[in-house]
Amino acid sequence: MVTQAGPSRARPLWVVCALVVLAVSMIAALLGGAADISPWQVVLQVVDWLPLVHVDSGLAPVEQGLLYELRLPRVLVAAVVGGLLAMAGAGYQGVFRNPLADPYLLGAAAGAGLAATAAIVLLPSVAGSIPVAAFLGAVGGVFLAYTLGNTAGRAGGTATLVLAGVAVTSFLTAIQTFVQQFKVEELQRIYSWILGDVGGGWDQFWLVLPYAAVSAVLLLLHGRMLDVLSVGDEEATSLGVPAARVRLMVLLAASLATAAAVAVSGLIGFVGIVVPHVVRRIAGGSYRIVLPLSLIGGAAFLVLADLVARTVIAPAELPIGVVTMFVGAPFFVAVLRMTRRAST
Amino acid sequence: MISAHGLSVRLGERDVLDGVSFEVRQGEWVGVIGPNGAGKSTLLKALMGLVAHRGEILLGSRPSRELKPRQRARLLAYAPQTPALPPDMTVFDYALLGRTPYIPYLGRESRHDREVTGSVLERLDLTALAGRRVGELSGGERQRVVLARALAQEAPALLLDEPTTALDLGHQQQVLELVDRLRRTDGLTVVTTLHDLTVAGLYADSLLLLTGGRAAAAGEPARVLTEELVGRHFDAHVKIEPGPDGRPVVHLVRGGP
Ligand SMILES: Nc1ncnc2c1ncn2[C@@H]1O[C@H](COP(=O)(O)OP(=O)(O)O)[C@@H](O)[C@H]1O
Ligand SMILES: [Mg+2]
Repeated sequence: MVTQAGPSRARPLWVVCALVVLAVSMIAALLGGAADISPWQVVLQVVDWLPLVHVDSGLAPVEQGLLYELRLPRVLVAAVVGGLLAMAGAGYQGVFRNPLADPYLLGAAAGAGLAATAAIVLLPSVAGSIPVAAFLGAVGGVFLAYTLGNTAGRAGGTATLVLAGVAVTSFLTAIQTFVQQFKVEELQRIYSWILGDVGGGWDQFWLVLPYAAVSAVLLLLHGRMLDVLSVGDEEATSLGVPAARVRLMVLLAASLATAAAVAVSGLIGFVGIVVPHVVRRIAGGSYRIVLPLSLIGGAAFLVLADLVARTVIAPAELPIGVVTMFVGAPFFVAVLRMTRRAST
Repeated sequence: MISAHGLSVRLGERDVLDGVSFEVRQGEWVGVIGPNGAGKSTLLKALMGLVAHRGEILLGSRPSRELKPRQRARLLAYAPQTPALPPDMTVFDYALLGRTPYIPYLGRESRHDREVTGSVLERLDLTALAGRRVGELSGGERQRVVLARALAQEAPALLLDEPTTALDLGHQQQVLELVDRLRRTDGLTVVTTLHDLTVAGLYADSLLLLTGGRAAAAGEPARVLTEELVGRHFDAHVKIEPGPDGRPVVHLVRGGP
């Protein structure tokens, strides 16, 4: 009797490790520069926030209020947005079988950028118009690229889809640049939106959460299907898998995740590429592990990036998108070097 | 087990297959031969339902076009000429892909699926490699891993497109002997394209010679591998003699056409 457990049995261990890293990052981010609070007090306070649990953290009400009203939503938004972007990146990479695919590949960023710019320029006084516009813009950009790609090439093919994404991105970016010239005095607001911000508080968190939940569940469910797609469309079909349908489902879920992330936080770059790659280097190439680990790893990465963004030049803040790129690029190179393999 | 009538495939502006008919009996090994571009690979893809085609294909007694891809995948296992091997995937996970037709769309594999995969790996002497990344394997090991995936599919018929290209003599023999053994022990039906005519004549029960998308000859190796047919359709000057076991051996003759 063969009891071949298979190497994939090591998976739960990875997830546990990643969750520990995420928890430590979140505690560190909650501490975030306040010198007179100890990590232990923060842990106690987090436990106290849990429903039905009461412990005394020894923090003054003011400190508690600061943590709860400012730090906590910020850490949570960073975690959700980072997780969504990294997982969407992994999803796109699986669909396009291209390690350089990122969540913005199909025009989501350009669509959101154009719509957010339009909202800032045309509806400056309508509160809350930017996230809605950005969400619709991201979805619209992807839809445009997808429709264009499918009418220009073989239905369900990937090459024309990528080209369509490039075309849509440059077209929408051109319009966006044109629109922003109408209100030069709003340039600062436009750019600060583009470079990303996770400091919008609890509203921002509740706004993104439902989309995050739906897209995360959909993507995580498709891990095995993405593994099958990785042998190519023909072989996947020969295994009885409807390749075009799987691709469409994953694209929908990843685009929803991207649109939700972009809507609340702007265009935060690099997370969607760096995190899945680091995960792949460490834990192997199966999407059944890459997707959940990207979700957790992306969350930890953006929580830490936000911590850096608000501490290095405190009391001023760096845009978080700048940090992800500034820290992300060398970090990426370091991981690539450390895990260098003979065959790659 | 497999029969095709008037099979035609049009790709772009070309008739790549044009009215090919043939029959593969249960447990038989059919070798598809023919010059480059004759349509051999396309024939296997048409059988697998991967390219649009006209004409009728029967699998067992059922018309292939009535089957869902999943049902077809339980009857036919296909290994392409150049399989895409995801370099980061482990050998075990790759072979496990063969169980896809039995796993629900969004479900996960059962214990049984893992056991089948494990025992296939054991049969192909791959157990020691189960945890290795596919990208780290040698050419011969890869070919065996692809075969393992096809066997994990537990389909009664195997369609193998050039299973021995890029293999040295010993590994060619190893793979072909393996397929032959499986065919005898499990009663598998095998259709392979093979570009080496002597090898094709040695292992196949019958050969199908394709040229320009049409079936030029079919039947026992000795009837298809004649100096006249090979000379004409491959545009080659050859000498063909019976080998030690009576099967035809094809020699090139210097100073050919
Ligand atoms: N997608 C395609 N579009 C147009 N022609 C194709 C396509 N795929 C293959 N062909 C042509 O069909 C012919 C048969 O190809 P193939 O079946 O791969 O030949 P073989 O395997 O016998 O060498 C070749 O001439 C090839 O150029
Ligand atoms: Mg071929």
